[in-house]
Amino acid sequence: MSGITNLTACETASAIAAGKLSAVDVAKAYLAAIERLEPAICAYNEVFADRAMDQARQIDAAISRGESVGPLAGVPVALKDNICTDFGRTTCSSKILANFHSPYSACVAEKLLAAGAVILGKTNLDEFAMGSSTENSATRTTRNPWDTSRVPGGSSGGSAAAVSAGLAAAAMGSDTGGSIRQPAGLCGVVGLKPTYGRVSRYGLVAYGSSLDQIGPITRDAADCALLLRAIAGHDSRDSTSLPADVPDYLAELETPLKNLRIGLPKEFFGQALDSEIRSAIDKAVGTYKSLGATAVEVSLPHSRIDVGPGGQLSSYAVACYYIVATAEASSNLARYDGAHYGHRTAGPVKDIIDMYSKSRAEGFGDEVKRRIMLGTYVLSSGYYDAYYLKAMKVRRLIKNDFDEAFKSCDALICPTSPTTAFKLGEKTADPIQMYLADIYTISLNLAGLPGVSIPAGLSASGLPIGMQLVGPVLSEGTLLRAARMFEKTSGTCNLMAKMVQS
Amino acid sequence: MVEGDPDVKPIVGLEIHVELHTATKMFCRCPNRFGDPPNSNVCPVCLGMPGVLPVMNRKALELGIKVGLALNCSAGGFSKWDRKGYYYPDLPKNYQISQYDLPICRDGWIEVPLDDGAVKKVRIRRAHLEEDAGKNIHDHADHTGVDLNRAGVPLLEIVSEPDINSSHEAGAYARAMQRLVRWLGASQANMQMGHIRFEPNINLHIASAGKTYKTPIVEVKNLNSFKALEAAVAFEIGRQTEEWRADPEGFSLEKLSKQNRGWDDVRMATVFQREKEEAHDYRYFPEPDLAPVEVGETWLESIRSQVGELPLQRRERYIKEYGLAFKDADALTQDGPTGDLLDGAVKAGADPKRSVNLLLGRGAAIANERGCQIAEIGLAVEQLAELAKMLADQEINATAAAKVFDLMIAGRQNPRQIAMKQGLLAVTDAGQIEKWVDQAIADNPSAVQDVRQGGKKQKKAFGFLMGQVMQKSRGAAAARQVQDLLEKKLGGGQQ
Repeated sequence: MSGITNLTACETASAIAAGKLSAVDVAKAYLAAIERLEPAICAYNEVFADRAMDQARQIDAAISRGESVGPLAGVPVALKDNICTDFGRTTCSSKILANFHSPYSACVAEKLLAAGAVILGKTNLDEFAMGSSTENSATRTTRNPWDTSRVPGGSSGGSAAAVSAGLAAAAMGSDTGGSIRQPAGLCGVVGLKPTYGRVSRYGLVAYGSSLDQIGPITRDAADCALLLRAIAGHDSRDSTSLPADVPDYLAELETPLKNLRIGLPKEFFGQALDSEIRSAIDKAVGTYKSLGATAVEVSLPHSRIDVGPGGQLSSYAVACYYIVATAEASSNLARYDGAHYGHRTAGPVKDIIDMYSKSRAEGFGDEVKRRIMLGTYVLSSGYYDAYYLKAMKVRRLIKNDFDEAFKSCDALICPTSPTTAFKLGEKTADPIQMYLADIYTISLNLAGLPGVSIPAGLSASGLPIGMQLVGPVLSEGTLLRAARMFEKTSGTCNLMAKMVQS
Repeated sequence: MVEGDPDVKPIVGLEIHVELHTATKMFCRCPNRFGDPPNSNVCPVCLGMPGVLPVMNRKALELGIKVGLALNCSAGGFSKWDRKGYYYPDLPKNYQISQYDLPICRDGWIEVPLDDGAVKKVRIRRAHLEEDAGKNIHDHADHTGVDLNRAGVPLLEIVSEPDINSSHEAGAYARAMQRLVRWLGASQANMQMGHIRFEPNINLHIASAGKTYKTPIVEVKNLNSFKALEAAVAFEIGRQTEEWRADPEGFSLEKLSKQNRGWDDVRMATVFQREKEEAHDYRYFPEPDLAPVEVGETWLESIRSQVGELPLQRRERYIKEYGLAFKDADALTQDGPTGDLLDGAVKAGADPKRSVNLLLGRGAAIANERGCQIAEIGLAVEQLAELAKMLADQEINATAAAKVFDLMIAGRQNPRQIAMKQGLLAVTDAGQIEKWVDQAIADNPSAVQDVRQGGKKQKKAFGFLMGQVMQKSRGAAAARQVQDLLEKKLGGGQQ
């Protein structure tokens, strides 16, 4: 059965549609893999075994009746546990929503179900998507399938680990500052953050509303195209979703881009970059050149990474992000107060304010509290102009830099993260160190641009190295074609960690 | 202290919350309807469930702009949404979507008719859109219920400049605003249903010994009736005057902060709630879930074209064009549709005054019984025009017309057909009328004598004889014919 879980989503879908595999066999294979490996990986908050089998049986029945089925018919997909489903729980890996059952399903969940995807379960995340290692989860500690003493990255760590370990054919993540791309990079899979507005946010539990996007985490670029095609498009329930047609990302995927112009942002290749990652990317740029691409140096001055005298890193983009995202988060998370749903304190309370305070103190973890406090502070009367308003101006400057860069290139190539997967517990004591894990991914969210992280190879210690391709607004098609060119030439796709292969 | 001390100038600004009359809520598609069972008009969006997003109701935006245009505001252009954060159980997201620094309407004015016939111009600072909160229901001993049917209902908050100088003016301003929003179809503006709520800001400028003293500003929260509004303003004027007298230097705007007070309907007094130092920091910031609103010229013009004639303009026209008395013109311009009926009937060829008499006679009586506007009693323009014409042509008399009026609004039938079917058409047959007249003259010699003698009894006696004829005809005789004939037979000259 393990052969089934090695197939890509595209291969699985065509095998089922062609009658070579049954959806039930596929579901069984994945449920068996989950049973075997989940205790070591801890990717899932909840597995919908019975529901998945029911869905698979229905798909098989439909196929046997000769009915046409969707493009994802029978493909087992996992959802990050901040995407609402009207079945099971939607916990955001938070104690405050530990028993929360959403009365409705997210647009993305509806679209996946309509396309025939089998929803395997809900994956672990940093509480409310706040973190870069999935260690800020109130439910469990997810491990990196390549080395279980290491983090899978975050906040979509459960989704990335599940895809990497063969516990789902594909998964949905959400990305506010790098939460799809960074764990995809650390787990050796493909993760795409679409253009802001490309995918409906309706039903995604909000963290930073002006930054959040849902996107696929997959084994290769083709799967990414398949999944993105299924979830993208305008949604009248999300006023920020773009009224743009969805191209058939798969149709042109295998056609290599001619005269691709690659931009290399010089600020991202400074002394802060790990040498192994630098050489992996250099090698990748060489591969592109061998395929006819040209490379130019570009500049993103407001995304630059400064190295202080003590070696400490700093970046406008990270600072800007932690004002904008936390401001929005402090407001978005105000609704979790114990009054209408979610955790309410069992203790005695003096009045409603006391009930709110105790419920929130008990229900939220440290990182969430830290960000709520930061966000509350920057929005407070007297501080708004100095922090929030200034951050909005910086945000504009960051976006302008990208617009300028794309005048001379089609896509940027840069690292996904400054290091490969780090050890569990390594950065939990120092929030700033953890925040810097997103130093290469965060400016895209501020600029609203699409970016995809693809595997660029393995480090000497056998850990995946992520490489990021970044494009202008709605350039997902180009990015995926560029990704496909590389992965077919380099062979660095559908990588499987050793523990999965054995 | 009573209001009216010439040395005490009350300075009052008013915030009015108006619930807009839309089919659905501001940011979701739940019905905007009062009186349904608690929590029946709710969905994940207005319940503030995780992951939901607001979608703007364009109709609400248009109604808001329409009111702004009628208030002579600059409206439309670029405006945006903001979040106003505060924790309260009737506010499920713990923030309210509102407009902070770029309201949809800015800088206007309204003409407020006062009882003495004068017109006061009150400047409007701004009007912005926001969502209403739900309601906390305190009808259980051990817990509070929350009804979220109202959560998300579109609200227009209209903020005046502090141009109001008495409780009477505050009431007149509020009434003018109620009339305007009803007129525009922007709100039902029903007090009992909480469609319109008032929050006056009040302080005093007191002239004393060549100096002007300013008392601290008080905001009275959530007043639900004109009576409460006027009483609260009057009470504050008295209270602040007394406080100032007790401590003219200490009780001052410079030394004390703004205070929020509530209104106690039983004690008829304002009650301290909190000082501004304890006030919320609402932490406003731009709502990231909604795009800014851009109302371009074309859109704005299409809204402007729906504004039409405003109540005071129409009242003026009725006085000039139709020759109506101020009182009648005013009564007919309380809402738009009632005047539309009148204008429609006149356009169809009916006499304005006869149409007005029908509207303000039986029409107003029925509307009063039903507690609705005259236009809501079920009267069609064609019916009104036809009946007015029949009256003018003496095909029916006033008494019969009243009967026809009642029947035609009930059955929606043509008044002529009703009159025919009911035998209410006037008898115009001269022979028949003469018979009734002669009989009345023969039966009432003393009244006849009074008329013929002239003097102060004449008018009454003539009326009596008219009544006698009408009675004999069972109300069917054409009144003008009866009058003419009576005058002729009794030697004319009367009146």
